[in-house]
Amino acid sequence: MAARRRRGPETAGGHLGEALPLEKKLELYYWMRMTRTLEERLVALYRQTKVVGGLFRSLGQEADAVGSCFALESRDVMSPLIRNMGAMLVKGATPLEILKQYMAKGDSPTRGRELNIHFGDIGPAGSTRGFLGQISPLGDMVPVMAGVTMTFKMRGEDRVGLVYVGDGATSTGAFHEGINFAAVQRLPLVVIIENNGYAYSTPTAKQTAAKQFVDKAIGYGVYGEQCDGNDVLAVYDCTKRAVDRARAGEGVSLLELMTYRRKGHAEHDNQSYVPDGEIERWAAENDPIDRFVRVLRDREGVSAETLAEIDARIVAEIDAATDEAERSGVPDPLDALVGVYADPPAERPLWFREGADVSSLGKERPEGWGTWDASKGGTR
Amino acid sequence: MAEITYLEAIREAIDEEMARDPNVFLMGEDIGAYGGAFKVTDGMLAKYGEQRVIDTPISEIAIVGAAAGAGHMGMRPVVEMQFIDFIANAYDMLTNYVATARYRAFLPCPMVVRGPSGGYVRGGPFHSQNPEAGFIHTPGLKVVYPATAEDAKGLMKAAIRDDDCVLFFEHKYLYRRIKGVMPAGDHVVPIGKARTAREGTDLSIITYAATVHKALEAAERLQQQDGLSVEVIDLRSLAPLDDEAILATVRKTHRVLIVHEDTRTGGIAGELTARINEHAFAHLDAPVLRVTAHDIPLPYAPSLEDFVLPQVDDICVAARRLVAW
Repeated sequence: MAARRRRGPETAGGHLGEALPLEKKLELYYWMRMTRTLEERLVALYRQTKVVGGLFRSLGQEADAVGSCFALESRDVMSPLIRNMGAMLVKGATPLEILKQYMAKGDSPTRGRELNIHFGDIGPAGSTRGFLGQISPLGDMVPVMAGVTMTFKMRGEDRVGLVYVGDGATSTGAFHEGINFAAVQRLPLVVIIENNGYAYSTPTAKQTAAKQFVDKAIGYGVYGEQCDGNDVLAVYDCTKRAVDRARAGEGVSLLELMTYRRKGHAEHDNQSYVPDGEIERWAAENDPIDRFVRVLRDREGVSAETLAEIDARIVAEIDAATDEAERSGVPDPLDALVGVYADPPAERPLWFREGADVSSLGKERPEGWGTWDASKGGTR
Repeated sequence: MAEITYLEAIREAIDEEMARDPNVFLMGEDIGAYGGAFKVTDGMLAKYGEQRVIDTPISEIAIVGAAAGAGHMGMRPVVEMQFIDFIANAYDMLTNYVATARYRAFLPCPMVVRGPSGGYVRGGPFHSQNPEAGFIHTPGLKVVYPATAEDAKGLMKAAIRDDDCVLFFEHKYLYRRIKGVMPAGDHVVPIGKARTAREGTDLSIITYAATVHKALEAAERLQQQDGLSVEVIDLRSLAPLDDEAILATVRKTHRVLIVHEDTRTGGIAGELTARINEHAFAHLDAPVLRVTAHDIPLPYAPSLEDFVLPQVDDICVAARRLVAW
């Protein structure tokens, strides 16, 4: 039950991470680089006003999202937070889906109803990819994922859940009630606290009086571990251990991944509250991709050419996805009235909008709308 | 068939649905070994076991959130708020997460959130509330509030089978005071349909839950003392509202009194009045009147509670004013 502490930039992967074959390590590199490059593309689209709403970056946090989700099996279910686009990509969300979401397209996964990476695909193992979109109120996904993993236990399914929260969400009632309930029920759930130093503008010192978030594991009576969130192999190692415990019926784990948010809460945030030099220091000394490139190059003997080929493949994939996403249309306004309930299937327009053509109201959308068929959206 | 109470009717509905569908399960505080604060789930643990009758920590957010997650995965949870007053703790989870899930993410949330509601029981500020208005306002939730034992059973069965979240308000004043003989067979009352509790021609009282019985008592008195023919409409479902039944009674009697136990400002009477204005203004012979609770937290002392809540006398006063218009 005691919280184990593992930290420091020199922590080298842990044995589960180190033991991954080179092919898997290159996949980790691919997903981290994909995350960063896709976000850079989204910034370009944002500046062209093609991204409709806000844009959320995970610059500097790619290792914690990718390394942790890489520890799951395809049948497992994960619920991300706003800086876990990398985890969603690992779980099968496609760049095309993400681009369409950000651009509020009619054939985006949520048909233009929800923002950014707020979309999901969960259900039976095999036919769904196993990620559950978050909502904006923080901490809410912890109780929901307790419910998802409760069904695994009820049905005797060999499946595990993973839910991400930020340092800020640990202050919510939902986080507390959710992890406590899951712990009491001994559910197969891994709770990851990404400690990136800030919740919007609020530093962790104003979020909790605890010395470190992993200490909360003791209070909940669950297994706890802290690790260097910018060391992708260490993140994998720590998460894999927790996932294995969950799968073995040993209940909930609370992991604290130490990282740093190098961009603002969203693209508009000028980070005026950040001490001078802090961002630059993390960028220079503790970038998760730079660190992993050194591991691949120095310990695994991967050539610069091999990495450049992967980088080029990623750019080509994102180019193709961007072109396709830009070609998609905007949602039909009347689609706004569809699907609040299963029954009735659609609401009627108000009388002052009665001139609108309602002939298609409540009818099925074109194939692929509001679905998450990887074979259609896939650019991997 | 023997009469059973409103409370037993709810238990019978849950029991029948659990027997019928293995995906139905229960969660709540003290619902298992203890059988619930009012014993609605008495005997369920022994019959269905710990996997399907789950005692939870005191965590309304977790109860509702976990029900949503289980609902996504194909289960049909029925969860208890020990007193409906405590649903306020889960307001975020219900309105932000559950109510929007199907619309924003195509996620089904088939679940029932049920609990003892309402006053006239000397329960004080936190064991007497009628919080329905806050949820009727939220698209994506369904809300029912039965007044009879037959409807309590039939609506509970409909709620459990519904593919969306249904808030099931149970009036604790009616739990053991009201009895009924259950119709034979699979008795399901459709959500969204009102009931004519008493036919009449001079004025209509539109109401729901415990005040249905107050309205019926008033109607009888008005018949005896004033020779008035009063129609009483029991809404049963508050979301969706049965517009057809509401407008039909307006067109029939041309005078409408809305009665509810909930507080006045922002209560459902305002919404009903607006709908009647929009769709049946020309049929009205008098303005729509309402008898509601005062805008006061519900006090404990009988003299105080009785003053704040609508009583039969109040309904008679308002009805007489309406016909004298």
